[in-house]
Amino acid sequence: MESKKPIYTKVDPPEGYMAPGLFATTFDKVIGIARKNSIWPLPFATSCCGIEFMATMGAHYDLGRFGSERLSFSPRQADLLMVMGTIAKKMAPVVQQVYHQMAEPRWVLAVGACAASGGIFDTYSVLQGIDRIVPVDVYVPGCPPRPEQIIDGFMKIQELVGKESLRRRYSMEYKELLDKYGIL
Amino acid sequence: MKDSEITECLKKQFSDDIFEVDISSDMLTVTVAHPVIHEIIRFLKEDPFLNFMFLTTLCGIHYPDRGLPLGVIYHLHNFYENKRIRIKTFLSLNNPKIATVTDLFATANWMERETYDFYGIIFEGHPNLKRILNVDYLDYFPMRKEYPLEDPTREDKDDRYFGR
Repeated sequence: MESKKPIYTKVDPPEGYMAPGLFATTFDKVIGIARKNSIWPLPFATSCCGIEFMATMGAHYDLGRFGSERLSFSPRQADLLMVMGTIAKKMAPVVQQVYHQMAEPRWVLAVGACAASGGIFDTYSVLQGIDRIVPVDVYVPGCPPRPEQIIDGFMKIQELVGKESLRRRYSMEYKELLDKYGIL
Repeated sequence: MKDSEITECLKKQFSDDIFEVDISSDMLTVTVAHPVIHEIIRFLKEDPFLNFMFLTTLCGIHYPDRGLPLGVIYHLHNFYENKRIRIKTFLSLNNPKIATVTDLFATANWMERETYDFYGIIFEGHPNLKRILNVDYLDYFPMRKEYPLEDPTREDKDDRYFGR
């Protein structure tokens, strides 16, 4: 019987200097690669976009291929907050609290029209986009978006994570951004 | 138990305070004056013949064109006879006050809070009349029909994304 060799995919090495027994590059790049390929997402699913996310996490679409096999249901260990679904104004402080409890560095993905803008719920009770309470890195449009779109948004997040400078979270600009949202 | 018997019973007791009796959606509907609402609900509940022991629902309504625009509607159910009745009463917008029925039906507690939350109807004697579903800082009663469908002064919607 012919044995099949398993297929492994590996990440390309970053730019650097290579010599026999030696490879030199910057921390920024190495840490970026490590982070972007092991993002722990926290799914904050409130409605139909959450169902699409379940498919995204499932065997067919398999978000685990991107290094996110492990969902974090505690904000304290999560790297990425995925808000999927309508956020009512009464829910807003909860989302902000969850964001607050996440450790730096943290990213936010707004999945679906509701999380991005309130969607069809143009009404007194619905928050018109989560970017009114927490800073958002990537928006995924759709009502609800297909799993492919969620994965596309996730890969955009990976791109951001990989390229982020290690000093960004200590910068004045970042502090100002959080101040704007009243987040310490 | 026939509708006519129920009507007769009510009219005997509250003849002056019953404005209108009709059947709508196969259900006896009685419109009454708001000062006697508590007495009527108590009578419907405690009278051994009527015996409407269950409050199915309680809600508000707003008819902006009517003289008494704010309404409160009670649905009562007699389980033994499987008979339902609808009681309507109307209030003015300036003084939307009505007696609570929480002393008769504990289930009215949250229903009256919801009715207050959406229509601003004040249930006098309610043990804890505060907003239940909406955010606490809301400073209006959203289900009243006094707001344009599209409020141009709204700031919580970004027009750029909606082609406005």
